[in-house]
Amino acid sequence: MDDCRYAIEVENLTKIYGKGGSTVIALSGASIQVKPGELVAILGPSGSGKTTLLTSIGLINEPTHGRVVIDGTVVADEGWLPGIDLKRLRREKLGFIFQAHNLIPFLTARENVMIALEINQLSRGEAKARATELLGVLNLGHRMDNYPSSLSGGEAQRVAIARALANKPKVILADEPTAALDTENGKNVMILLKKLALENHSAILVVTHDHRMVDGFDRIFHVNDGHVNTES
Amino acid sequence: MNLAIRDIRYHRGRFILTSIGLGLLLGVVISMGGIYRGLFADALAILNSTKADIWVVQQNTNGPFAESSRIPEDITYRIRSVPGVSEASPLSFQTIQIDKGAKPFRFFLIGYDLNGFGGPPEIISGRGIGQKHYEMVVAASMGMAIGEKIHLGLHDYTVVGITGKVVSSGGDPVAYVTLADAQDIQFKKDNDAIRNDRERIGANLDALQSLSPGQAKYLKQNMSAITESTHTVNTIVARLAPGANLPEVQARINRWNHFRPLSVEEQTKILTKGMIEKARMQLGLFRAILLVISAVIIALIIYTSTLDKIKVIATLKLIGSQNRVIVGMILQQSLLMGIIAYGIGYGLILLTYEKFPRRIVLEDVDLQVLFIIVIIICTISSFVGIRKALKVEPAEALGG
Ligand SMILES: Nc1ncnc2c1ncn2[C@@H]1O[C@H](COP(=O)(O)OP(=O)(O)O)[C@@H](O)[C@H]1O
Ligand SMILES: [Mg+2]
Repeated sequence: MDDCRYAIEVENLTKIYGKGGSTVIALSGASIQVKPGELVAILGPSGSGKTTLLTSIGLINEPTHGRVVIDGTVVADEGWLPGIDLKRLRREKLGFIFQAHNLIPFLTARENVMIALEINQLSRGEAKARATELLGVLNLGHRMDNYPSSLSGGEAQRVAIARALANKPKVILADEPTAALDTENGKNVMILLKKLALENHSAILVVTHDHRMVDGFDRIFHVNDGHVNTES
Repeated sequence: MNLAIRDIRYHRGRFILTSIGLGLLLGVVISMGGIYRGLFADALAILNSTKADIWVVQQNTNGPFAESSRIPEDITYRIRSVPGVSEASPLSFQTIQIDKGAKPFRFFLIGYDLNGFGGPPEIISGRGIGQKHYEMVVAASMGMAIGEKIHLGLHDYTVVGITGKVVSSGGDPVAYVTLADAQDIQFKKDNDAIRNDRERIGANLDALQSLSPGQAKYLKQNMSAITESTHTVNTIVARLAPGANLPEVQARINRWNHFRPLSVEEQTKILTKGMIEKARMQLGLFRAILLVISAVIIALIIYTSTLDKIKVIATLKLIGSQNRVIVGMILQQSLLMGIIAYGIGYGLILLTYEKFPRRIVLEDVDLQVLFIIVIIICTISSFVGIRKALKVEPAEALGG
């Protein structure tokens, strides 16, 4: 394995929303690199472009200019690379965690994890075994057959983490994962993410506007008005 | 994992209610098809149970079901003598309405020759008519018991047997009496009227000075025989001998000029094309309208349930679901709803169709065709939801 290879490479990323007269430049010339196993925070005030950066890396928001490379695969170079299978890259290489847990309401906790595995061609039995194991590790063994509506915020977010991890993605993207949680639960989620980055050798990119949450991160990027500055 | 079933399981109350509603609608569609088949079966019931090859009726009429037809009873002998005819038998038909309890009660009375055919096709309890007068066999649907009496014309008739489900082309239950009784009932002049007629004719003849008393007496006897004659029937049915040629026999009877020999095929055409065509079109129109309503309802339900799931669909896309997973979820839900509603509608009709006032005939082919139509409707209706779902952006999963 090439140790220098980055899990995430963003070069000169610019994102302009809208057309004609009313355009918003959400990101201008942003560049970041994240290595496998690194835990990186993106800090910045509301409206600064953090989510735009994350969704561009997450292959759900087409960059206007610049390059995005995920795990060695060029996905965007002045727009998406023609013919690229974004869905497949998303399910194989990326895991998402969001502010709201985004669990599917009509699936139980375990089924919410299983669905991510099944769309990635795992058999039902394998998916069930892996989901059960993951939820066990995340201390949700007793909540597996509960629907999201009967889970607490912290429990639901842990199920979402389990779903994001299910396919052992190279990159985990978390957008304000602690925003809907109290400080205690928020801290626990961050500790968990840190542990997972180490264990899985995944690059973890966590967007937050809360400085208190970023203890022990490997690196912190500050975003301000569409510009990204590195800081250790 | 089947997302369609998971969603239905989670929202089962809503799903069950919707399916029951649609099921009732499809039940009505099924019953309308059944009513049409029933009309058809009813229209042909007497024709089929008589098992005749030729129906001889009055010339220039479409009798005896569609139009009135009167022919002399004694033509039976002439028809029997036609080469190729193995048997011939006269039949008399009349619709009778009596007051039974509080409600008017209608039935169709068939008079048949005890030595001929055209009587009850089967006896399910009691016995057939055994004597020339005052006995009656009724269809089970008349709701009469053996031994019960009914007053028709001038006499009481006793029910001696019950036959299965035979109805007239109008759907009224059928009762059988002997031809002589039927003619009695049909021409039920009361005795006073007959006596008056006879006296009036007698007086007229007596007044004719040109007749000798002997001639007058002879004429008087004959005239009163004619005025009292009830020897008219509505049709004479005939069966052909094996190997006989139907058109040849028909041509021969045609040559007599006063009668029209209808084949079973012609009679079927008269009954179905003429008498129930309008009902068929009416029922067909209603069925089509109800199916369109079902389609609109299914499309609306699928569309709103897709709108409810925008976030779910966006999340599925975000985590990389293939389109087939999402299309499958919507399509399967639509199909499941259609299939369950069809099952409910079918079950409902199966449980109740015997209690309908008109006969409902459930033909397998009708049920299969409707099932296929329901499947097609569900598939097409789900397109509106699928179209919406395919336009959902994965980024929509992000909003709180
Ligand atoms: N879909 C969009 N269309 C137009 N403008 C957008 C859209 N998404 C974000 N923006 C704008 O881009 C800027 C950056 O937004 P965002 O990346 O969401 O910031 P953050 O996540 O840091 O709050 C904001 O000014 C926001 O209004
Ligand atoms: Mg944001």
